[in-house]
Amino acid sequence: MSIFDIVQYTIHTLARRKIRSILTLVAMAIGTLAVILLTSLGEGARIYVNQEFQSLGSNLVIVMPGRSETTGAAPPLLGETPRDLTLRDALSLKKHRSVKSVAPVCFGAAPISFNNLEREVSILGTTAEMYDIRQLALAKGQFLPSVDPELSQAVCVLGSGIAKELFVGKPALGSWIRIRDQRFRVLGILDSKGRSLGLDLHETVLIPVASSLSLFNTESLFRILVQARSESECENVKAFIKRQIKIRHEGEEDITVITQDGVLAAFNKIIRALTLGVGFIATISLAVAGLLIMNVLLISVSERKTEIGLLKAIGAPERQIISLFIVEGVTLSLLGCGVGIVSGCSLVAILGAIFPQFPFKIVFWAIIGALLLSFFSGYLFSYLPAKKASKLDTIIALSKR
Amino acid sequence: MIHLDHISRIFTVGTQEVRALDDISLDIGAGEYVSIMGPSGSGKSTLLNLLGLLDRPTHGIYKLQNEPVSSLDEEQQARIRREQIGFVFQFFHLIPRLTAFENVELPLSLNGVIKEERAQRVRSILDSLGILDRASHRPDQLSGGQRQRVAIARALVVQPAMLLADEPTGNLDRRSGREVIDILEDQNRKGLALIVVTHDPDLGKRARRRIRLEDGQIVQDIRNDQTLPLEQ
Repeated sequence: MSIFDIVQYTIHTLARRKIRSILTLVAMAIGTLAVILLTSLGEGARIYVNQEFQSLGSNLVIVMPGRSETTGAAPPLLGETPRDLTLRDALSLKKHRSVKSVAPVCFGAAPISFNNLEREVSILGTTAEMYDIRQLALAKGQFLPSVDPELSQAVCVLGSGIAKELFVGKPALGSWIRIRDQRFRVLGILDSKGRSLGLDLHETVLIPVASSLSLFNTESLFRILVQARSESECENVKAFIKRQIKIRHEGEEDITVITQDGVLAAFNKIIRALTLGVGFIATISLAVAGLLIMNVLLISVSERKTEIGLLKAIGAPERQIISLFIVEGVTLSLLGCGVGIVSGCSLVAILGAIFPQFPFKIVFWAIIGALLLSFFSGYLFSYLPAKKASKLDTIIALSKR
Repeated sequence: MIHLDHISRIFTVGTQEVRALDDISLDIGAGEYVSIMGPSGSGKSTLLNLLGLLDRPTHGIYKLQNEPVSSLDEEQQARIRREQIGFVFQFFHLIPRLTAFENVELPLSLNGVIKEERAQRVRSILDSLGILDRASHRPDQLSGGQRQRVAIARALVVQPAMLLADEPTGNLDRRSGREVIDILEDQNRKGLALIVVTHDPDLGKRARRRIRLEDGQIVQDIRNDQTLPLEQ
């Protein structure tokens, strides 16, 4: 019997019991759809994180006070910051030739007010270099002036959200607002796009770093953002920073330096693993669909005993009977998988249209994997019923009407 | 053509041995018309199944066209069934979802005959049995007699050497039964060996050779109204 004849015969069989075939097909389709949808979600998440990191600025090295490592010291000391990361520390990092710019960051919260409107917002103390490092954009006015970072100035730049709420349509530039009990003149307003990973600049007020240190009455910086001249120099810069701070901190390496690439690579790795894991869980549904196919075929075998007996009587060898049933199972599973791929891809496209900010991405290997898996699942799970059919006793099968 | 040499078929039912066929020796020539009769449980169906290679003897040798076939493997036996043996059953055993045409086409597909040739052979056999106008009907749209004719067409389409019929008229009214018998005897006159198992004495008497089985043994073998000596 040629494969064409077998397929034709199978289609006859499947068409005869439409509802059962369709239900089995749907089970396989749902499994495939789950695989495609979940992996494209995972891949989308990875792309999303990558984009967020890009907006953080390129060739970035981030210096944080404190160092996470296990020491023999008593528990309370663990993870504490022995020395502050000071503004002078930050400025000393400018010396290296691979360093393009340095932006110290001081971070806190304080109430701000204009006229009789007041609210608590995040205050970010930094320097003019922040503008380039974080690739910020202004809606109006200008950014913090490039002056000596150690100089306190009573100026500020508002996040777009705060500007809108505080000034409600009134011109903000040049106005004086109050942060705690100090007055600051508004120099500029950030563009509303200014939103990136970990920090919502939309709801933040930027002031010169020296002003913020005195505002919060502290010496300690929250972060130092260092931009290297090129990607290849990031590691150099990282080593230099460690060396430099160690010298300044009396031989203690009490900071944590991370490069953007390192973090990104870690994130990529984690999300890839998650995607793989989620995809794997989804493939379980393919296996379940395979079991359903086995069930349907077993019913089919016992319903078609006479037919199988007849096929054997008119000369179909056992392997022919086996291939008939395996083709039936594989046809069901591949059809279901096809439906699943089409509906999965359409669903991803629809979701992409509804949520344009999230980059859904169909993963090619997931489609290939789903196809292969449904093929093998169909094949494997039809083998038992097929074998059962081929071993049927012809005489008994034909003795009943 | 058929040579059975001391054939026994023993079934084990629980702890008891049942000798369905007990040391049978028999020769049937090409183109013979044989009826096998006997009471229920005498072993006639077992004999027919053995002849049709649906069953294997417990002891003895079965030679078909001088080839010992009972020791062949499953695949080779299947090939002999689809090339040389045609079956006609009491309950027709047509595949309900296939049309008459497709049912008759099935053995040709199994033999790997190409589609164009299949169509032509199926048409010609349906035509010769007078059911060409029913080709696209499914079994449930056919009368009993028509169904049996489709089943006979399915058996004949591969041009077998012998036709094994198990109560071919058992499920038909008198007139349809009569027509079916005419068709079978007509094929026999064209040289096809016809072996019919039946309870019906009228049908059994029509055969030129009549074998009577009792308790798994041949108790009578009459050819052309001449009693043959029983082989030992």
